Amino acid sequence: MSSMDRPEIEIRGLHKSFGDNEVLRGIDLDIGRGEVVCVIGPSGSGKSTLLRCVNLLEEPTAGQVFVGGTEVTDLDVDIDAVRRRIGMVFQQFNLFPHVTVTENLTLPQRRVLRRDKAEAFEVARRNLERVGLADKADAYPSQLSGGQQQRVAIARALSMGPEVMLFDEPTSALDPELVGEVLAVMRQLAAEGMTMMVVTHEMSFAREVADRVVFMDGGVIVEEGPAERVVGDPQQVRTRNFLMRILDPAAAEQPGDTTSERPAKEL
Amino acid sequence: MTSRLTRRQRRRISQGVQYAVFVAVLVLIGLGADWDRLQNQFAQKDLASELFPDIITIALRNTVVYTVSGFVFGLVLGLVIALMRLSSVAPYRWVASVYIEIFRGLPALLIFIFVGVAVPLAFPGTEIPGGTYGKVALGLGLVAAAYMAETIRAGIQAVPKGQMEAARSLGFSHARAMVSVVIPQAFRIVIPPLTNELVLLFKDSSLVLFLGVTLQERELTKFGRDLASQTANSTPILVAGLCYLLVTVPLSIVVRRLEARADKAR
Ligand SMILES: Nc1ncnc2c1ncn2[C@@H]1O[C@H](COP(=O)(O)OP(=O)(O)OP(=O)(O)O)[C@@H](O)[C@H]1O
Ligand SMILES: [Mg+2]
Repeated sequence: MSSMDRPEIEIRGLHKSFGDNEVLRGIDLDIGRGEVVCVIGPSGSGKSTLLRCVNLLEEPTAGQVFVGGTEVTDLDVDIDAVRRRIGMVFQQFNLFPHVTVTENLTLPQRRVLRRDKAEAFEVARRNLERVGLADKADAYPSQLSGGQQQRVAIARALSMGPEVMLFDEPTSALDPELVGEVLAVMRQLAAEGMTMMVVTHEMSFAREVADRVVFMDGGVIVEEGPAERVVGDPQQVRTRNFLMRILDPAAAEQPGDTTSERPAKEL
Repeated sequence: MTSRLTRRQRRRISQGVQYAVFVAVLVLIGLGADWDRLQNQFAQKDLASELFPDIITIALRNTVVYTVSGFVFGLVLGLVIALMRLSSVAPYRWVASVYIEIFRGLPALLIFIFVGVAVPLAFPGTEIPGGTYGKVALGLGLVAAAYMAETIRAGIQAVPKGQMEAARSLGFSHARAMVSVVIPQAFRIVIPPLTNELVLLFKDSSLVLFLGVTLQERELTKFGRDLASQTANSTPILVAGLCYLLVTVPLSIVVRRLEARADKAR
């Protein structure tokens, strides 16, 4: 029972530097089973790096990460085995362009999970249906729209049967009219009880779907809490400034706003 | 004084000059060369017909066999060296770099002589498997591998980093991701330059000349040269040359098509 009580993702004192550039300066974050957490923050604040530390695409400089009770940062852990339990969706989709949509879903199952052909195909079919793309099974990624490609990427991650899903700005590379279809799939996934960590600029999605919103700036968590509070009524100046810029990009930063610790971004 | 020509006029004049030079050179060559003597020496019809079928069934066939075996050996070795160059283990990278520099820096002829002389000396009693064919595969392959390694390395690096990351995030090990995801994509990128390498190898197979081969092992150049000296006429050389072109020209056209298609896909 005790492992049920542990958070699905535990991040403890996480630091990450690239050379002299300290990108993460001590992150502590717990994400419970079935919880949806949106991570927001300005460009370069370390959101992607944080997400990539969870499945060790980036190796933390210090600190610990646990997923489902297993320490990801343990040097002796079988990282490939841990990653199978963590699905990841990238901004640029990263589908395998040299194989069909179905093969994008079956290749990892067969090579990594050693599933037999029939089972892999069955799982692929089910997951393509889940994202509404059963009719694109035999297409190549280049024949799909960005939104369709991203949905295939989600289906590919789901085919591995992950306990946790990480999303790094899954809609940022999409034309505006294609954002909705991807968010719909993610919303459905959240409703099914998937544990999700989502880096996003889609504030309406965060408000509507996220159990919690984390605002990062300068490599630390500045503010976190329920979506309606962090997005609707932010307590910190930095959060407020960021949200103002996001929600109304045309408006310049308020002149005379002396409480802002960082210089206004160029533009 | 500034010229008052329009762009259209300028283009016409420029093209006119270029055509005139072209025609003038053709006429000079046509008038200047001694065509009768050339035909006597290089294009004796009855001599040429005597070359068949041996020039195809033995010489061209051997040229193709030498080329293909050298290419296959070079491709495998080239892939290994490319992966060594990209390895995180520093000594692998050093060995691969040294190999590439040495074998790209030496004339292929020197390497053939080396394979023919030094290998039997260094390992007395051991035969290179496959006799002459093995030696040729080794000689051609050693050189080709150096060029192909660089081509393949560039191809692997041209595959977006996100592909490896996606594979790793799905639980692929680094090696498995390389084999299943990165290398298949890299090979699509490098098919045109590798086909080019095949054309170069096809011509380099003439260096077999320096290994000493039996009558049945002769390839196009050796065959042509032998028969030319037997008949005291150069027609066999011309025919052998045409046999090379028979293969290299279509291959070059294929390369150009592949490159055009790769450009379009981008
Ligand atoms: N592989 C890397 N090597 C060196 N520096 C890096 C690397 N990856 C990220 N950085 C640096 O880390 C900092 C944070 O990057 P990160 O991608 O985590 O930011 P982000 O919050 O995701 O920004 P964005 O909204 O633009 O995606 C940046 O200054 C970036 O230059
Ligand atoms: Mg990012």
